[in-house]
Amino acid sequence: MSAVSRRWTPPPLIANRVLRYVIYGGVALYLVVAFGTVELNWARMSEGVVRAGRLFAGFLQPDFTSRWDDIQAGLLESLTMTVTSTIVGIILSVPFGIGAARNIAPLPIYAFCRAFIAVARSLQEVIIAIFLVVLFGFGPFAGFLTLAFATIGFLAKLLAEDIEDIDPAPLEAIRATGAGWWQVLVYAVLPQVAPRLIGLSMYRVDINFRESAVVGIVGAGGIGATLNTAMDRYEFDSAAAILLIIIGIVLACEYASGFIRAKVQ
Amino acid sequence: MLVIENLTKRYATGDLALEMVTLSVPAGQVVGLIGPSGAGKSSLIRCVNRLVEPSEGTIRLGDLDLSRLSRGALGQARRRMGMIFQEYALVDRLSVMENVLSGRLGYVGFWRSFFRRFPQADIDRAFAVLDRVGLTDHVDKRADALSGGQRQRVGIARALVQEPDLLLVDEPTASLDPKTSRQIMRLIVELCAERNLAAIVNIHDVALAQMFVQRIVGLRKGKVVFDGPPDGLTPEVLTEIYGAEDWTATIRKAEEEDEQAAAAGAPVILARDTPLVTA
Repeated sequence: MSAVSRRWTPPPLIANRVLRYVIYGGVALYLVVAFGTVELNWARMSEGVVRAGRLFAGFLQPDFTSRWDDIQAGLLESLTMTVTSTIVGIILSVPFGIGAARNIAPLPIYAFCRAFIAVARSLQEVIIAIFLVVLFGFGPFAGFLTLAFATIGFLAKLLAEDIEDIDPAPLEAIRATGAGWWQVLVYAVLPQVAPRLIGLSMYRVDINFRESAVVGIVGAGGIGATLNTAMDRYEFDSAAAILLIIIGIVLACEYASGFIRAKVQ
Repeated sequence: MLVIENLTKRYATGDLALEMVTLSVPAGQVVGLIGPSGAGKSSLIRCVNRLVEPSEGTIRLGDLDLSRLSRGALGQARRRMGMIFQEYALVDRLSVMENVLSGRLGYVGFWRSFFRRFPQADIDRAFAVLDRVGLTDHVDKRADALSGGQRQRVGIARALVQEPDLLLVDEPTASLDPKTSRQIMRLIVELCAERNLAAIVNIHDVALAQMFVQRIVGLRKGKVVFDGPPDGLTPEVLTEIYGAEDWTATIRKAEEEDEQAAAAGAPVILARDTPLVTA
């Protein structure tokens, strides 16, 4: 006797047949209508193509020399901003990260740290930079504060999540020896999160460098300010030189951080 | 040494893990705690060192009432109770020595431990226990570079370096092969004899428990349903603890091994496989 073969197909994502067709149909309808409302101004686009052509022509002949003094000053400012803000950001993000890890922090501290991180993360760098430029005036100090603040939001959140994901067994074991809270932190938590903390910090260095170029555009100093000036003067060849330098530095950071991350794993 | 009276543990979810457990363990005695998963074995030993807070009842270690200690006093009391874990619970990225020295954390201040500047006496103790468990050659290796049996020995060394009065042992052999399991059980039993330690050993393997411990306590649904010598574990008793099953093979296995060992004409414990520590 051969067994009767039974049919099997994977169950659909949405079990209710009517609901399924309503949702799929609704999404399709929305897309058709939405595309219908997009206005394309072909005349303006063709003008833009001409400007883009000039920009790309500038890229083919980047001019490093005629504005070199400005570029050098901007670069130096950006790199200073990057290094200082990353270091300060890391130092401040560690306590916030620890405080925001539910498995080791008491509830009131957890709530406070999570709230702070949520605020720090909800504001984009450019918005913080505009605000801080108003507060502290044009220049790299506002940029430094912006990036340090953003670094705290970024690192503290990832660190907190990393701490919440650690293996609880060593934590329990160290606690069982009679160790105090700080000792548990140093012996059971830190060794488990240190490699990723170092990796994320390295990653943050190159994010901060890129962001230092962006916040410069709103007046917070650095290479971004130089780039903005070059663009305003239609000096696309100098702008291209600046962009190439930024790309080069980001690539260098990328390789360096990849190398260091591989070493500490 | 350890006296537990009417210990009850009810979790916040309402689950009753332990119900009126009364148990006393004299110094030098190794008690095997058996029972099905979820019977409360883990909760019981964790109530003793208060990794889990007991709901009712008293737990006394010598003259000390463990169930009523303040936070600070609890840290001091935990130094007297070494704990050994199922998956070893080592800190993988720390060296063997650091893992062992972490057993002294209750005795040294924060900054000393932060900079790994332990008192020489503690380092001497650590080397002594590492010698005893046979890991002298692995002092500076990372804990995750060792095999399962070696890792469990690091776990044992960490508990011993506390110089405890009591060992709380949670499924020490659950992730080890049969031979290593015996070596580890033998080591624990020998150490308790040498140092006159009381010990509670949670264990799934009934035959292994019978082979090594002097007394068995059976737990079912949070209640003690058996307390007696290993050879008191009849099929009826095992059915009482675990539920109905054919138990003859489990019991025969342990007995046969004892007979084989006796036939070889050597002491029961030492005859079965290679000596644990090679000098």
